[in-house]
Amino acid sequence: MFELSPQDWTAVQLSLRVATVSTVIALPFGIAIATVLARKEFWGKALLDGLVLLPLVLPPVVTGYLLLITFGRRAPVGAFLADHFGIVFSFRWTGAALACGVMAFPLMVRAIRLSIEAIDTRLEDAAATLGANYVWRFITITLPLALPGIIAGAILAFTRALGEFGATITFVSNIPGETQTISAAIYTLTQVPSGDADALKLVIVSVIISLGALMVSELLARRATARLHGE
Amino acid sequence: MLIVQLEKQLGEFAVKASFTSESGATVLFGSSGAGKTSVINMIAGLLAPDHGRIVLNDEVLFDDKVRINVPASQRHIGYVFQEGRLFPHFSVRRNLEYGRWMSGQTADPALFRHVVDLLDIGHLLDRRPRRLSGGERQRVAVGRALLMRPRLLLLDEPLASLDAARKRDILPYLERLRDEARVPLIYVSHNAAEVRRIANRVVVLEAGTVVATGGLELLDAAQADVLA
Repeated sequence: MFELSPQDWTAVQLSLRVATVSTVIALPFGIAIATVLARKEFWGKALLDGLVLLPLVLPPVVTGYLLLITFGRRAPVGAFLADHFGIVFSFRWTGAALACGVMAFPLMVRAIRLSIEAIDTRLEDAAATLGANYVWRFITITLPLALPGIIAGAILAFTRALGEFGATITFVSNIPGETQTISAAIYTLTQVPSGDADALKLVIVSVIISLGALMVSELLARRATARLHGE
Repeated sequence: MLIVQLEKQLGEFAVKASFTSESGATVLFGSSGAGKTSVINMIAGLLAPDHGRIVLNDEVLFDDKVRINVPASQRHIGYVFQEGRLFPHFSVRRNLEYGRWMSGQTADPALFRHVVDLLDIGHLLDRRPRRLSGGERQRVAVGRALLMRPRLLLLDEPLASLDAARKRDILPYLERLRDEARVPLIYVSHNAAEVRRIANRVVVLEAGTVVATGGLELLDAAQADVLA
């Protein structure tokens, strides 16, 4: 009864791939920027903070358009990456991952930053007196104590990436099998008279995936917190 | 041998401290707010003085004139904080081994057993810090600092957060530490009774400045001042 057409199935798989890849690649950057924003005072911090949050407040179409004129095949950064590293974003699933990563980045950074700000820096001082340099303090104290926030940030980013529509479709269009994610597929189906039933199936799939991700997040965060508290 | 000569402006408050310390226990004595913690934070390398010199066993740890400021992580100075500051995500055992792990020293089971016995914490090794009582936590904190094999051990009011009964429990451990561990101690306290039991030498701080250094006889005069 509940059967997805091959094209819908492709869209589901593509969505999962795009969301996973964008989250995994964004995570180290997110942790780095969140650490800098949580711990360092420097000139231009407000500007960096604003830039990170920008995709959250801009219309997604605007973000997509900015990506297009920056990372498009003939755009400055896009041409450079294509010529020197063979990385092409335009009209590829990699472009969808980039758009999703950028759109999800503010949520990720915010969750991680809050958890780093909540860490008692005096524990890091204690680690320093025990011989741990900056890198080891970060690896052995800061990262594990921030783990619940990192998990929450990653799952938030993943679900945000699953739902991304505006920036993706503006940047890399809506090509079945390459850039057509669940959201774009649902949109396409609602545009044809007979598509409602198929659209509903994809809607159900997307609700299940998102709910599942939230439950996994809750479970992992609870486990991580329990571990920290020694229970 | 530790030589301390330092000056630090902290907002309105100025710390100006000079003293030397040799083996045994040197107590930094003064009322709260006298700048005792700032002084040992500077010795540990957690706070940089504005001016001065800190020299430990002929190694310059800080000297603003020649721009030397050895990072805390390379000073090999143990620090027992007032609130313990055990790492909540590690077991007691891993807390104890953290210093050795970070400095890349090989395991020394005999030393480990010696310290664990000295502080009577053998039954706590697999617990998390949250599951310890205040007194147990402070004993583990002392053990953690000792097991990094420090050249000097700083103790910042290690008993302040404990009730009288717990203090009586732990003081004998600290005395044994002074007599058996052969690590020089700098012990910060504003409690004269505690100081009497621990100190070989007393440095009296008042409003950020060292006003006297000497033996236990200083205590009566200083205590009168602190109480006044």
